[in-house]
Amino acid sequence: MILLIELFLVYFQIGLFAFGGGYAAMPLIQNLVVEGKGWLTMAEYADLTTIAEMTPGPIIINSATFVGQKMAGLPGALICTLGAVTPSLIIVLTLAYFYTKYRNLGVVKNVLGELRPAVVAMIAGAGLTILLMAFFGTSVLSEIPSASIRWIEVFLFVGSLILIRKYKAGPIMIIFGTAVVGTLLYLVFCL
Amino acid sequence: MSESKKNISLVKLFFTMMTISAFTFGGGFVIIGMMRKKFCEELHWVTDDEVLDMTAIAQSAPGALAVNSAIIFGYRMAGLKGALISVLGTVIPPIVIISIICMIYDAFASNVIVQTALQVMRAGVAAIICDVVIDLAKNVIDSKNTLNIILMVAAFIASWFFKVSAITIILIFIALGLAMSLVNRTKEENA
Repeated sequence: MILLIELFLVYFQIGLFAFGGGYAAMPLIQNLVVEGKGWLTMAEYADLTTIAEMTPGPIIINSATFVGQKMAGLPGALICTLGAVTPSLIIVLTLAYFYTKYRNLGVVKNVLGELRPAVVAMIAGAGLTILLMAFFGTSVLSEIPSASIRWIEVFLFVGSLILIRKYKAGPIMIIFGTAVVGTLLYLVFCL
Repeated sequence: MSESKKNISLVKLFFTMMTISAFTFGGGFVIIGMMRKKFCEELHWVTDDEVLDMTAIAQSAPGALAVNSAIIFGYRMAGLKGALISVLGTVIPPIVIISIICMIYDAFASNVIVQTALQVMRAGVAAIICDVVIDLAKNVIDSKNTLNIILMVAAFIASWFFKVSAITIILIFIALGLAMSLVNRTKEENA
């Protein structure tokens, strides 16, 4: 029982102080979970990083499940996840309430109006990063000239974009489709 | 607010969030792209401007961006109930997926087919985000607001090339919006 409370409190802290999402959360997790509590060894922490990158889902939630499972099974996983989302629920619901109430107010309208182009830019940045990862296996600009281009991924990207924009293909179908077609192409041409 | 009284089904909200969360690799902004595609383009439950506003708000709170945006989108579309249902849909897939992977980690991480599938999926995700960015950037450019176009490009350069954090960019743009409101007001008073 004490362990469950501790798990909740540690993940509550991670949820509360991880400004900037996953990449801000990793050092916090290392600090609190690995160094502070000793719940994970460095090797397990490295596994966690790999798993978090290979699977969908936010890094914070993935790590909460991983640590909770290891320490206290499924109840642990649920408690850690609950701890991680509780600060978000409190803070974001408060902000959501004010947004709904005041979004048509002059000043708020102006500020939100200025923020929109910035948000578009940040979504574009995330898109470019994942595009470079797909084409070159790295998103670091200086490493790209020496990386070889992955033509199967280029083909999948162009094909998907045409299917989405011309034929209104849904996102889930596209992700499934690229997984199946891409894996088959790799099996045929590269293995 | 009669305009927001659309037929929003909580069941559909739950399953949509669950599918988005289960299949979206590549972090918070990618999830936002998927949510825009579903909730704005397909279902018309929110507008483009609302998507961008809510993204800025979700990003300024601590915690996982995917969780925060699930909360605020859910709240905007269906109140407190919507927020809770949407966050539940977002966290269930990572809990299930990580719990399974914890048990079969070695087999999972060394399986060539799994790794290939995860790698090629990025091309599909990149295409989806690219499509969303084309639409969003087109909105900004079509508005013929030169300042906003410059701000969008500046924010992109700052975030992508100089790795300025999302929070810093949002704070700068909020300050900018407030300053513009002040300038506009002074102008009106002088006129």
